[in-house]
Amino acid sequence: MTDPIITARGIDIFYDTTQAIKGVDLDILPNKVTALIGPSGCGKSTFLRAINRMNDLIPICHMNGELKIVGQDIYAPEVDVVALRAQVGMVFQKPNPFPKSIFENVAYGLKIHKMTTSKSELQDRVEWSLKSAGLWNEVSDRLDHAGNSLSGGQQQRLCIARAIAVKPKVILMDEPCSALDPIATAVVEELIDNLREEYTIVIVTHSMQQAARISQRTAFFHLGSLVEYGDTKTIFTMPADERTQNYITGRIG
Amino acid sequence: MIDLTKKAGFNLSSRHRAERRFQWAGRSAILIALLFLVIMIGTIARDASGVFRQTQIAVQVDLDAETPSSSYGRIIKTALRDMFPDVSTRRDKKRLYSLVSPEGSFEIARMVVDNPALIGGSHRLWLTASDDLDLYLRGKVDTNLSEHQRRISDAEIRWVDNLRAAGHLRRVINWGFLTKGDSREPEIAGIFSALVGSAYSLAVCFALSFPIGIGAAIYLEEFAPTNWVSDLIEVNINNLAAVPSIVFGLLGLSIFLGYLGLPRSSPLVGGMVLALMTLPTIIIAARAALRAVPPSFKEAALALGASPVQAVFHHVFPVAMPGMLTGAIIGMAQALGETAPLLMIGMVAFIVDVPESILEPATALPVQIFLWADSPERAFTEKTAAAIVVLLIFLIAMNLIAILLRRKLETRF
Repeated sequence: MTDPIITARGIDIFYDTTQAIKGVDLDILPNKVTALIGPSGCGKSTFLRAINRMNDLIPICHMNGELKIVGQDIYAPEVDVVALRAQVGMVFQKPNPFPKSIFENVAYGLKIHKMTTSKSELQDRVEWSLKSAGLWNEVSDRLDHAGNSLSGGQQQRLCIARAIAVKPKVILMDEPCSALDPIATAVVEELIDNLREEYTIVIVTHSMQQAARISQRTAFFHLGSLVEYGDTKTIFTMPADERTQNYITGRIG
Repeated sequence: MIDLTKKAGFNLSSRHRAERRFQWAGRSAILIALLFLVIMIGTIARDASGVFRQTQIAVQVDLDAETPSSSYGRIIKTALRDMFPDVSTRRDKKRLYSLVSPEGSFEIARMVVDNPALIGGSHRLWLTASDDLDLYLRGKVDTNLSEHQRRISDAEIRWVDNLRAAGHLRRVINWGFLTKGDSREPEIAGIFSALVGSAYSLAVCFALSFPIGIGAAIYLEEFAPTNWVSDLIEVNINNLAAVPSIVFGLLGLSIFLGYLGLPRSSPLVGGMVLALMTLPTIIIAARAALRAVPPSFKEAALALGASPVQAVFHHVFPVAMPGMLTGAIIGMAQALGETAPLLMIGMVAFIVDVPESILEPATALPVQIFLWADSPERAFTEKTAAAIVVLLIFLIAMNLIAILLRRKLETRF
């Protein structure tokens, strides 16, 4: 078995005094799609946002425990969140392209990190990102159009292209398909499956079918605790815990 | 069968009545507001209309090379006496001379400078007539009143009628109103010095309050920690926005003039005081504009690894800019119409010269309006109205620039 890329030990997350995550231990394997599932309010998004420290933006949110990426404690005082987030990209629930052109959307991360040295290199990298996100053929002739002139599914793929442009190690996805129609969802799911070769993907999803379709590993959260974690096949066919069984058969949720 | 008409109940008739009542109340409110606006603009425009033309009087003068410019006044008097040889008493002569504005001698001097060929000959020159003559000519003097109740005497009326019959009077467009400074004589008083004073003050005000206000708003909204200090600051800013402007004037008087010793009556100090006054308005509006930016932009940028400053300046700031500009314009419009704080720092002085820098004594449009409204001469009533028109045009021009800027900056999202 390969070494995990992300290791979480004893993670507690609080919003003020409410505990959203209770003592979660979780190892996420590289180049796999790990799905976090569970009923609403179970803390799966909170856990996801802890991985690139987006919870830092919420003043009342604080955390105990140890979260390591490739052996490095990301909450250590010497860690710079900017460097962390350059390595751990994120795609949000609602497509949120910047109010700028398609090109600028993808180029933004490259520009702020000064990852390219010339204009042509930048263009190549943008093209590569859009191709990786399966969007190039649809937008190659209108890169100067506004990012939000695209359809919802295209916008979400643009956001994925924006995230992978800076070549992060890990991509976090917070219900990336919840605002998309089934056809756009299928396209994005296929994209996620392709991206697995290069990146480690952690995805929060409400749809169990989606988790079953695209993930190799599944973690089931319930009321802030990690109930069960294992291979997706095992979780969906032979869940060990009764709560998992109830959730995937639709009895709680 | 179901009934879908009013008879079906559900309290429908009374609900519809309430709706109609409300709509009518709304319409009449708007109508009343419009009516007052029309009345206001109408009366101002009517009063102001007289200012845009002025009366000139033709005088035949001899200019020989020896005449010093200081004696042009005497030349005018001689010319007037020549036109009306029968005027003999000292009092009548004085009245006769007063038909031409005291500015007349300076006008001749300027004509000579512009056209030295005038020297050495007799010329028929058009000089500005007095305000009383102008008012009479435009029928603004009630001749049925007894002589001592009006500013123009029977004798003067006779002379003016003669002059008019002889073609020695004409009405021309009064460019002087827009190009000259204030004067004790209404016929030559202009708005330009006040206009320039206002423009300078506003420029200083904008240069100070916009960057400081926007900076403060961005820091408070995006970076400052939320604790009791930031709450206190917020409450104080909101309170400052409601502080009477004269208080800011007093502050400027004691700090900027008394303590720092900055030049009195100058647009620099005026602009600084106005900036103090507009800052809260700009900060409040800018914070509202920043809050209105969808947080998803900032989140997306941060998740990409942008630093907080980059996230704010690359993504939040440009989207909020049009809103912040609107707030700034509201603040500037307030500042433009502000009189009280300027009175405190001495911008109420009688300023004849057009200020050439922000350090020279100046006055401002609203102060000029206040000064003219306070003057006893009838002709200043019209000047007051015209000054209000100029102020309103200035305001509209400012808003227009803001709208154009906003349209240019507006991003689609």
